[in-house]
Amino acid sequence: MSTFLLIIISGLGLGSLYFLLAAGLSVIFGLMRVLSFAHGAFLSASGFASWMVLRSFETPSTPQLLLALVVSVLTGGAVAYLAEVLLVRPLKGKELEQLLVTVGLGMVLVALMAGIWGPDEHLIPRPVWLTDTTSIAGAPISNSRLLLIGLAGVVVVGIHLILSRTRYGLIIRAGVENSAMVSALGINVKRAFTLVFVAGGMLAGLGGGLAGTYYGGISPFLGDGMLIFSFIVLIIGGLGSINGALIASVVLGVSQSVANYYVLNGIGDVLVVVLLVATLLVRPQGLLGQKERLI
Amino acid sequence: MTRSGALRYGAAGLLVVVLAVLPFVHRSVGGLLPGPINSPGSLQVLALMLVAAAAAITLDLMFGYTGLMSFGHSLYVGFGCYATVILSNNPKLGFALGVPLAMVLSVVVALVGNAAALRLTGIGFIMATLAMAQGFAIAVERGFLGSGGEVGVTFARGVLPDPLRGVLNTRNVYWLALALVVVVYVICALLVRTHVGHVWQGIRENPLRTKVIGYNVYAYQMAAATISCTLAAMCGVVFAIVMGGANPGIAGLHYSLAVVLMVVLGGRGVLWGAALGAVLYQFLNLRLPSLSSSDIVTGLPEILQIPLSQPNFLLGVAFILIILFMPGGLASIFTRLTRRATSKRAGEPRDDDGGVPATTREPNLVS
Repeated sequence: MSTFLLIIISGLGLGSLYFLLAAGLSVIFGLMRVLSFAHGAFLSASGFASWMVLRSFETPSTPQLLLALVVSVLTGGAVAYLAEVLLVRPLKGKELEQLLVTVGLGMVLVALMAGIWGPDEHLIPRPVWLTDTTSIAGAPISNSRLLLIGLAGVVVVGIHLILSRTRYGLIIRAGVENSAMVSALGINVKRAFTLVFVAGGMLAGLGGGLAGTYYGGISPFLGDGMLIFSFIVLIIGGLGSINGALIASVVLGVSQSVANYYVLNGIGDVLVVVLLVATLLVRPQGLLGQKERLI
Repeated sequence: MTRSGALRYGAAGLLVVVLAVLPFVHRSVGGLLPGPINSPGSLQVLALMLVAAAAAITLDLMFGYTGLMSFGHSLYVGFGCYATVILSNNPKLGFALGVPLAMVLSVVVALVGNAAALRLTGIGFIMATLAMAQGFAIAVERGFLGSGGEVGVTFARGVLPDPLRGVLNTRNVYWLALALVVVVYVICALLVRTHVGHVWQGIRENPLRTKVIGYNVYAYQMAAATISCTLAAMCGVVFAIVMGGANPGIAGLHYSLAVVLMVVLGGRGVLWGAALGAVLYQFLNLRLPSLSSSDIVTGLPEILQIPLSQPNFLLGVAFILIILFMPGGLASIFTRLTRRATSKRAGEPRDDDGGVPATTREPNLVS
């Protein structure tokens, strides 16, 4: 039983990482119709930023860990801001070109990181309490997982509050429905685009900082590996739907962990793709996605 | 046949003849190739460039001509490659039965995969193809179905027929790769000139309008995608023969993105453009690491050395610049020059779309 609980919580941790990437991508796609392939690289870059902060300490304290997380969030946001202004915005209205340009940016960033820091994993020192375990119903749960799940929960609540209670949330929700109409009403959608893209970058940055503490290390290719699963989360949950992404990332993370542990290591990753194909055949728009209008 | 048409066929024929006689040329080309042109090492590099060209042409058929952007082409190239090696290594089948069986299975995979992915349009299709290819890549990396995990699988001893085996026969392998490019190019070039090909291009420009005219868009897309992916599997078969086996490098997102990059770099909607982009891409990818360890580069300060030693950095930057400033790819330079030359001769004013042929102007991919 305690093993089962352990596996479930590991799965939730994995799902939380997927969600941090997928939530940003989902809002970006919903509003801007841009699918960003660069957010995996943003995640890795932010992971390296937190590594730069933490590597000088043998066993960092909690405030130092918080500092590293703040730095990684800011790094993700800054890189995303530059990407939006310099590359995505000039190609406004050309969805395919925007997608391709993020592909190119992702390649360039990963190659740059591999060139500077090498392709191998760098260990990230962690505070002592983070490597300890907490006993929940007899199962020894690693604290890094609890931190990850807790912060992802905070992000879920935060996104909901922003979307439902603030003016920008209103603009974003309206823009997802019909961005041409929103700009026709005289609202600056361009600023909302930048805001959403940067927010997505910051979520990826948080994911990068947390992935470092979760896996205990960072490599240039970490983000791209997770990006693919986030894409699968997006399709299963429904493109543009935050709640869909939340449900899908929990289901995916947990079923992946369970299958990897109880059936065969590696089969969980294949199972995820089987789930994807099943979703496509039964409900192509995803769990909570809306059918695309024809015109 | 018009004069310019005859000129083009002549030039294409001449290019094939020149490529065909390369294995007889014993010349060194500086550090560009690992040895003299007809050394086995150089011929293998050239053969890999040709296979990449063929793969890029197949993607251009569905992406450049039908508007189906696939980020999962590695699934089909990789499947053809792995299936060939694994089936041929089965002593009951051998190479003679293994290859046809691999192709039959590839057709089935292409049909099933595309039938599922085509339930989505636009960006959904991109992500579905990507995810399915990734499923295959994971299976291959973990070594399921005897795929050997990270090291991959090689042909067992004596499986490959004698003319395709051994260092001395590299030139036969090279000719096989050249034949692959010619076959794939001719098939695709003929297809896009048929009525079906024109419907494909209509779908690329506007799927909804094509549907309203009365064409079954799904069926036409299925046809384009299945043909493209089956030909891609054929490229995988030849890749297996060139490399003497299969490895996970051919499966997965990295290879899929590479093929997309080749097509965009060279010019989507222009078959020879895709081939050109692929040749450039594959050359840089294979040769840049050894070029960058040469004295010219190691003499440079470190800040320049890092980007120059990473092929993906240079290719990524070139890719971004092409998307931002030259959506027609490298092919648009040539088409612009020839158009300028012909219009000057005829005394006509140049039309004002910057010389980008209609086929390469922003394919409409999201219905």
